[in-house]
Amino acid sequence: MTIALPAEAAVQRRPFKIDMSWPVLLAFAALLCVLIVLPMSWLVYYSLVDKAGAFTLGNFVTLFSEPEFRAPLVTTLMLATSASIFCCLAAAPMGWLVARTDLPFANAVRALVTASFVTPPFLGAIAWELLAAPNSGLLNKLYRHLTGAEMGEHIFNIYSLTGLIFVISCYTFPYIFVLVANALDRIPGDLEDASSMLGGSAATTARRITIPLALPALLAGMLIAFLQAMTLFGSPAILALPAGFHTMTTKIWSLFQFPPKPELAAAASLPLLVLTVMLLRAQHMILGRKGYSVVGGKTGDPRLIRLGVWKWPAVAVVFGVLMLPVFLPYFALFNAAFSPIATTLVTPENATLKNLWFTFSLSSTKIALQNTFVLGALTATLGTAMALVIGYITVRRAVVGHQALGFLATAPIAIPGIVLGVGLFLAYTQPPFVLYGTIWILLLAYLTIELPAAFQQLSSAYKAVGNDLEDASRILGATRLQALRHITAPLLRTSVIATWCFIFVATIRELSAAIILFTSDTKVVSVLIFDLKESGDLGAIAVLGLLMLLLTFAVVIAINRIPGFGAAQRLRNT
Amino acid sequence: MKRVSRRDILKGSAAVAAGTLAPSGKVLAQAPAPATITPELIKAAQKEGRVVWYTSLDLPVSERVAKQFSVRYPGITPRVERTGAERVFQRIGQEYGSKIHAVDVVQSSDAAHFIVWKRDGILTPYVPEDVAQHWPADHRDPDGQFATFRAWLCCLGYNTNMVKAPEAPKSFADLLDPKWSGKMVKAHPGYSGTIMTATFQIARDLGWEYLEKLAKQKVMQVQSSADPPKKLALGERAVMADGNEYNMFQEKEAGRPVEIVYPTEGTPLIIGPNALMKAAPNPNAARLFQSYCYTAECQQLLIDVGGLRSVHPQTKEKAGRTVFATIKKLKDDPAGVDKSAEMIKKRYSQLFGV
Repeated sequence: MTIALPAEAAVQRRPFKIDMSWPVLLAFAALLCVLIVLPMSWLVYYSLVDKAGAFTLGNFVTLFSEPEFRAPLVTTLMLATSASIFCCLAAAPMGWLVARTDLPFANAVRALVTASFVTPPFLGAIAWELLAAPNSGLLNKLYRHLTGAEMGEHIFNIYSLTGLIFVISCYTFPYIFVLVANALDRIPGDLEDASSMLGGSAATTARRITIPLALPALLAGMLIAFLQAMTLFGSPAILALPAGFHTMTTKIWSLFQFPPKPELAAAASLPLLVLTVMLLRAQHMILGRKGYSVVGGKTGDPRLIRLGVWKWPAVAVVFGVLMLPVFLPYFALFNAAFSPIATTLVTPENATLKNLWFTFSLSSTKIALQNTFVLGALTATLGTAMALVIGYITVRRAVVGHQALGFLATAPIAIPGIVLGVGLFLAYTQPPFVLYGTIWILLLAYLTIELPAAFQQLSSAYKAVGNDLEDASRILGATRLQALRHITAPLLRTSVIATWCFIFVATIRELSAAIILFTSDTKVVSVLIFDLKESGDLGAIAVLGLLMLLLTFAVVIAINRIPGFGAAQRLRNT
Repeated sequence: MKRVSRRDILKGSAAVAAGTLAPSGKVLAQAPAPATITPELIKAAQKEGRVVWYTSLDLPVSERVAKQFSVRYPGITPRVERTGAERVFQRIGQEYGSKIHAVDVVQSSDAAHFIVWKRDGILTPYVPEDVAQHWPADHRDPDGQFATFRAWLCCLGYNTNMVKAPEAPKSFADLLDPKWSGKMVKAHPGYSGTIMTATFQIARDLGWEYLEKLAKQKVMQVQSSADPPKKLALGERAVMADGNEYNMFQEKEAGRPVEIVYPTEGTPLIIGPNALMKAAPNPNAARLFQSYCYTAECQQLLIDVGGLRSVHPQTKEKAGRTVFATIKKLKDDPAGVDKSAEMIKKRYSQLFGV
């Protein structure tokens, strides 16, 4: 019997047994407060003081009155709104095709969407520079080659607001796709059948049944896309700065350049924070109404619509769209990695390993890879462990006050990476906690950023595992922690591994918090890529980027081999 | 808004004495005796095993210097921490403000930084033998805290496939021609010390009106002064409004279609000193590295591989490059840059939007 041993151990230890639930709850509540409340308090404090530390509203006056801050704010809102609309236009039909029609290669489409999901957005932005820079971009070169257009003519200019919106949409649409496809997967076929039996045409069924049922997920997806676009740092830094404009995130980051203005950076972070909280409330309200989609209980599988003659055109369109975030950029990176000049096509004659050699000879490469790997593994391990405990306490309602813990674990979802970076910087560069300059400050940042997704994944896993076995263990004398360790944990193994991989992948591509928090000894690969970008070393970037993608895909494939892992969780962009 | 002096970041908000000192304004100490590379120093350096060099020298060149050093002195691995000079400055300020002393030797393309660091007392006097014997007085600190490691120009340039030589710009003034609108690339003084120094000289000699007009030419804004030559080589832009001469030499000699233009008004002269940190975590390796940087071997490497200029009289310029002495230069003035750096950054970002 597997439970014999722990029960025996418990019997032996009974005289000294203390139920550790309360101390654990308190410890975790304290930890979460340190993780979240401390940096956010410093952020608010700094935004309200001047250089000398006296109270002032001057930072906000500057923020809203000076055009150099107002313009980025307006740009950011335009950017986020357009990106979420574009994402919706691309992702919603694709989600419908994959979930509700007999589209061939639907699984391949899902896999490719996952690929764009895990591609670091800054890498995508650099790859799109290689493709669509007005003169050197491969696509513009192709255009001139095909049409014989003059040098200097181009059809794409990636260094523009439109270009930025496009690239951000490429790596944000998966959020909408996943939500919409999952919602459509769940719509009971009976409702649609009933509609057609009652004489509704296909169009009427779509208009009256399918679309209304999928709408909440679509709106929620659009909100998430809006937030992602608003809080991204890498893509605007790569595409907007050459065009001569700022977004809020690049502006906040520029306030850390010499002479640093942390007060203004803190003040500029707060609108992002407030907007995020408001939008997440809105999303919650919309998702909260989703309950009606499953009225009628469990029903048959959704009915797949036959596309008929539209089958192959639909495949062509879907794969055409997927060229943009996946095939073309990956090709461009691959080309740049082996080409003597990043935007010259590789041929057998000019192919070179120079970039490979150069990248691995850099003295920063090794330390960055090492830091990235250590931080990824540490964050994944600690994050999974924390989510495991917090998830347990909240789902099993183990102690009074569990709701607060659940709230704290979800709260960081409202903190954009760069805002968290600023908050942590302010909190941990001064006594009593001086963590700046160590990898611990990055670990704190990553843990905070990844905790909500990990918590959501593992709480649903707990909900799926019944209490019975755990109760049996407790009846046999085990404490909660022993039951958790010996009964629940093994049952959750699959979810735990999936969560671990998920955090690992998300951590190694994080840029927006790391860019504020790194020092020379604590550089990570994403920051190294950004450094190389600023000096224009595209070949080395391509090599490092491909390496990162390789590592990511190895982990993602590992996740997909684990049955029952849903990709619906929010993966934070950087 | 209150102006922050460049030293605030190093000293916190503690009160600091007003007024700036030119390097020669006040002699704090005599320069120490020239330091030779002794077997004891090498041994002690090898015991430390590493040296951390913060530099703004373009990565392939700085890594090459590091590599050559580790070949010459096995057992010591230099770590190159390269970013733009203004970032190096900000990084050291931020790290020293948090009592993180990671850097051994610092190199910057904004010579004004050394005035600040010296004033803040974070450098240590050390005069390598080569500097003592060969360096002209105006390329070394009288107190022995820093000396010119490399020199180069911030020039103009064009892609020869995109622009024919007769049509190429000859001067800064030519860049204001509407025909170059949307066709130029330039680097940023908030990132690059080269561009900071050049912007100071241009604003001083040509006036801010020049930059105001240039800002209306829809220039592509990159960060590092090493990047515009690379953008020319890619064919991404036809003309560069500023950038490193040494990267242009590298690209040109690698057969890329680029050509250097020394503007008729004069070309901004950039000086990049090297210095030893007082709180260097690897003091012996730092000394050895600092000494090595000024040897004829290393200086010749900078010329041959890097396309840089050297003040070491035992080095030879590479054939085919315009002789340094014959080029009309704008005068460098680190003390002037020190006084106006913040104004330049602010005004520049107002003009160019970023």
